[in-house]
Amino acid sequence: MEAKTGTWTEKKGLAQMLKGGVIMDVVNAEQARIAEDAGACAVMALERVPADIRADGGVARMSDPDMILKIMDAVSIPVMAKCRIGHFVEAQILEAIGVDYIDESEVLTPADEEHHILKHNFKVPFVCGCRNIGEALRRIGEGAAMIRTKGEAGTGDVVEAVRHARSVIGSIKQLQTMNEEELMTFARNNGAPYEWVKETKELGRMPVVNFAAGGVATPADAALMMQLGVDGVFVGSGIFKSGDPAKRAAAIVKSVTHYQDASILAEVSKNLGEAMVGRNAAHMPESEKLAVRGW
Amino acid sequence: MKIGVLALQGDFAEHISMLKRIGVETAEVRLPKHLDGLDGLIMPGGESTTFGKLAVAYGLMEPLQEFGKSHAVWGTCAGAIFLSKDIGRDQPLLGLMDIKVQRNAFGRQVDSFETDLEIDELFKATGTKHPYHAVFIRAPIIESVHGKARVLSSLEDGRIVAAQEGHLLATSFHPELTGDTRFHEYFISLAS
Repeated sequence: MEAKTGTWTEKKGLAQMLKGGVIMDVVNAEQARIAEDAGACAVMALERVPADIRADGGVARMSDPDMILKIMDAVSIPVMAKCRIGHFVEAQILEAIGVDYIDESEVLTPADEEHHILKHNFKVPFVCGCRNIGEALRRIGEGAAMIRTKGEAGTGDVVEAVRHARSVIGSIKQLQTMNEEELMTFARNNGAPYEWVKETKELGRMPVVNFAAGGVATPADAALMMQLGVDGVFVGSGIFKSGDPAKRAAAIVKSVTHYQDASILAEVSKNLGEAMVGRNAAHMPESEKLAVRGW
Repeated sequence: MKIGVLALQGDFAEHISMLKRIGVETAEVRLPKHLDGLDGLIMPGGESTTFGKLAVAYGLMEPLQEFGKSHAVWGTCAGAIFLSKDIGRDQPLLGLMDIKVQRNAFGRQVDSFETDLEIDELFKATGTKHPYHAVFIRAPIIESVHGKARVLSSLEDGRIVAAQEGHLLATSFHPELTGDTRFHEYFISLAS
């Protein structure tokens, strides 16, 4: 039999290997090595972490491929990189340089206000953000092989991550209680593809791996998301904007593995130094929120 | 029969659901005490560097090595790396199996692939004939087997993708991602 690459099983499968792990934002090879040493299961290569993108303003784009390649050279774990929502040429470039996963991300400035990338056209897998089940299943319909709840990136405030995870997981529970004839109405009300609604009900979980993102800053935050029922955690600004990144990174990795063991959580939460400076996401004007980007 | 699945990171839930399908009792292993009362252990796919960090941090290295001396242990992908003696770079390994493994041997994710394998021993043990469909994800290869370790399966070009040493089993692919329970059945026969 001819070997097949870029299949749905392959795309979804890599995300399955990341489960129970922490994916860390890094801006250079040195940070990537710190993340790998701390036990990260993958890194996200980008030029500025979300907290800096917020502070700097302006247009945030795909990172310099040379900088991403340097990070790919520096570590043995998978490397992800972000492209703008709808910017399929940035995605083509990221695929050409061989990144392991592309994040079509609301953290960058959207390139298309109507359309996301048709991700089935690529061999490389994609992860996309969502705030609710409809958004998640639309992205999966377009070919996303992994989902992350959006939260509110660059704030260090976990409240939006909790809101989005509860929304998604609550909807999946709701689906379990529905009869077959209610599914089309659910699909219409949530703007979700019917086939994926059916699949989600049958599986009793998101049809692809679902991580939390956007505002996780402490081991307790990470364990909170895990206990709510996500498969793993992205930490963006929370690590390298804190006082002692290596120590905090290792502590968050441990907290995701031992998320149900409060005595271990207490131990790893000790003496981590300053957490990143937080920004209260609940009181943030809608216009400043990144999570509202994408549909 | 109770089989533990190393649950430090990776796709341990997929292994657990395969074991449940063939009626085996399961347990998640994160700390040394979780090894008590187990008849065998599966180490899943994931990131071997992450496994190493967490196993060292929580004192699992020695207990796992002890366990592997007298019990069946199976590593898939990252688990196979963790089980091996030598990977040509410095990271924590259990060193239970006398095999040399190369990480990410096929390249990056875009090079990950699915293919069918002929695995005579598996077919004999399970009384089946149809090919085994194998899923490789950023997969390692087994460069060489030494001592009592022997080759169980190779690709057409000769690269080794499954090996066995007594009650120890290493596969560079992911039987837990397919609907085919034959490899899990085979492992249970080693644990019995």
